[in-house]
Amino acid sequence: MADARMAGAAAAPSASSAPVLSVQNLQAWYGESHILHGLDFEVSPGEVVTLLGRNGAGKTTTLKSVMGIIGKRTGSVRFDGKEIIRASSDRIARMGIAFCPEERGIFASLDVRENLLLPPTVRNGGLSMDQIFELFPNLKERLSSQGTKLSGGEQQMLAIGRILRTGARFLMLDEPTEGLAPVIIQQIGQTIKRLKNEGFTILLVEQNFRFAATVADRYYIVEHGKIIDGFANAELQANMDKLHTYLGV
Amino acid sequence: MQALYAQLLVGLINGSFYALLSLGLAVIFGMLNIINFAHGALYMMGAFCAYFLLNIWGIGYWWALLIAPVAVGIFGMVLERTMLKWLAGLDHLYGLLLTFGLALIIQGIFQNYFGSSGLPYAIPDQLRGGTNLGFMFLPIYRGWVVVFSLIVCFATWYLIERTRLGAYLRAATENPTLVRAFGVNVPRMITLTYGLGVGLAALAGVLSAPINQVRPLMGENIIIVVFAVVVIGGMGSIMGSIITGFALGVIEGLTKYFYPEASNTVVFVLMVLVLLVKPTGLTGRAA
Repeated sequence: MADARMAGAAAAPSASSAPVLSVQNLQAWYGESHILHGLDFEVSPGEVVTLLGRNGAGKTTTLKSVMGIIGKRTGSVRFDGKEIIRASSDRIARMGIAFCPEERGIFASLDVRENLLLPPTVRNGGLSMDQIFELFPNLKERLSSQGTKLSGGEQQMLAIGRILRTGARFLMLDEPTEGLAPVIIQQIGQTIKRLKNEGFTILLVEQNFRFAATVADRYYIVEHGKIIDGFANAELQANMDKLHTYLGV
Repeated sequence: MQALYAQLLVGLINGSFYALLSLGLAVIFGMLNIINFAHGALYMMGAFCAYFLLNIWGIGYWWALLIAPVAVGIFGMVLERTMLKWLAGLDHLYGLLLTFGLALIIQGIFQNYFGSSGLPYAIPDQLRGGTNLGFMFLPIYRGWVVVFSLIVCFATWYLIERTRLGAYLRAATENPTLVRAFGVNVPRMITLTYGLGVGLAALAGVLSAPINQVRPLMGENIIIVVFAVVVIGGMGSIMGSIITGFALGVIEGLTKYFYPEASNTVVFVLMVLVLLVKPTGLTGRAA
């Protein structure tokens, strides 16, 4: 993995603190129901930022709105300085945002290799198949299995692995640990840390803040379709009481 | 025995057309979720395209095999872009009604100008005559239609089930939103898929022109049988459409020999039986 190409790419984001993703007054609707009521947040290059919040708070909808999947959305989403609030999701993907959905989205009519090769390359510098197998050795042995015949953990590895191939440097992962065994959660945590070290920027949605605490640089708390609080990982202990109230744990 | 083989051959020929047409319907249904009732009219347009090419520009059969599917395919893509795409997300019934209306309009226009009788289209020189196989006489053109249709069907199957492009198509059939979020221009893919399905229908039209003549209503009868084929084979299954198409053509041919009275209904009887036993069709995935 300590490959020259990846190291080069990691150095690419300049030291400037200009956010790679900047969301302002983001509102979104599912049909008639108004889900997001004006979110504001930012993600800087190389950061791992986690959206925390209860079920139904609007975390997944936020990721989908950034990705352009939610039909009705207003406000401003700027990626790499460009406004993408009106862009179609295929264009947003080609600008360099990769999305790993909560339900994983493994295709049943494709085998594992086809699933891995499905997302088109959007720019140079993506991981090679060998680098992906190094991260997730299980996948290599299951290449010709039907995608949905894999275990839940393997499906999650496939869902993450396939977006690393595309060259996108901004990843949005929606609850990557949901329903997985602790040992697999650990493996995914290590993967996220490794991607961060290599300069990927990651926007994570999590319910499991104990997991998030092992990887995140900053947190935003989402409630009723708004950001109600935010703090850095270093301030986590100091905010523990508040966090318990927010998340109701 | 001669008569049996002759009916078998007729069955295989009809089976070729059933397979090409139901294959296109299956591809279109999978991707657009539209039951394309205009398929018969587009098949007829393929035959007419060959007829025009020959009689207006003097362009013969071989070029027509290429030009007609492309031209009618482009016409289909225009239909998709201007009308069908607005039906995305609506109930199947809307697509069915719209394409049924389109079929009536297209057929009506051709009938207005060309009446209902058939226009002749000659077998190309290279495929005239026949050969004696010992047990039967095989007209070369008919043998060509069966072999060529088989090749086209399996090439289409290979394209969809074994290539990168086909993987996009299968994935987009399952979850178009996610495939689009990976950066694939799914709306364009949908248009091209409709063009592919329509092109296959037009190709069948060209192949049938020398056998069945060129008639404005040539697609009207065959499309009813083809829908039965699709129901039996299972909507949306590629290999299922091909095998069922050929198999039902042969079964129809055999019925003509053994019990001619039932030859027009045997496909529908089979359809009812299959629907009773396995409503998703023989090879269909659950909807």
